[in-house]
Amino acid sequence: MGNIRSLTLKNIISAATSARNGTGHFIWQRLSALLLIPLVLWFCLSIAFLPDASYATAISWLSSPFNAVLMIVTLISGFYHGALGIQTILEDYTSSESTHRAVLISNVLLFLFAALGIYSVLKIAFSS
Amino acid sequence: MPWNDKRPLSPHLQIYKLPLTAKLSVLHRGTGVVLALGLILLVIVVASAASGESAWASIRWLLSSWLGYLVLIGFTASLYYHFCNGIRHLFWDMDKGLDLKTAKKSALWVIIATIVLTVFTWTLALYG
Repeated sequence: MGNIRSLTLKNIISAATSARNGTGHFIWQRLSALLLIPLVLWFCLSIAFLPDASYATAISWLSSPFNAVLMIVTLISGFYHGALGIQTILEDYTSSESTHRAVLISNVLLFLFAALGIYSVLKIAFSS
Repeated sequence: MPWNDKRPLSPHLQIYKLPLTAKLSVLHRGTGVVLALGLILLVIVVASAASGESAWASIRWLLSSWLGYLVLIGFTASLYYHFCNGIRHLFWDMDKGLDLKTAKKSALWVIIATIVLTVFTWTLALYG
């Protein structure tokens, strides 16, 4: 985050979305990409190896601690990587005035879906 | 200033034939955005599993229609493409393979790997 001199909404949005944060953005984009390499392979092969698409199969697969933890890590790194990527695209193709708002909206939206996903995995893992 | 210069313009995007490497670069961003939507679909599927058998049945019915299969195969191909091309990008970040000859060669390998991995995964999923 950039420096916030006073806590006005405009300053917070500006600090949270881009200001002087380019190097960190670059590094985290690559780190999350590296983390996602094994996770993507695990995810695709696990799903492809499932015997069927029944409710019982889905629940038993997701309620194994190993799969639940990896699924949560996948959701966190995937949504984080995606948010950084969409921010890059928005910064490249929109004028700076509307960029801040667009980045904030996309970040909040992706954050909410990530939260719903993590909550759902935990609910399945702890209730069966 | 109004544009009234009659001299020929440099080629427009609609006319200019993009080289393969440039097309893949555009595709990397395109599939990135597609995959953010894919993550949202994944959360919807996991949330359906968490909310019970009838919600699961609905999403299963939707995704096992021909349109559902088309969407899922599209997401799989996008994921593998972004995965392979992302690894190509990580090598570039390490200053490896940046010369034109290697970049052209790795572009072809990314396309081949995407097709092979997509076909392999779906063969495994449907007949494994």
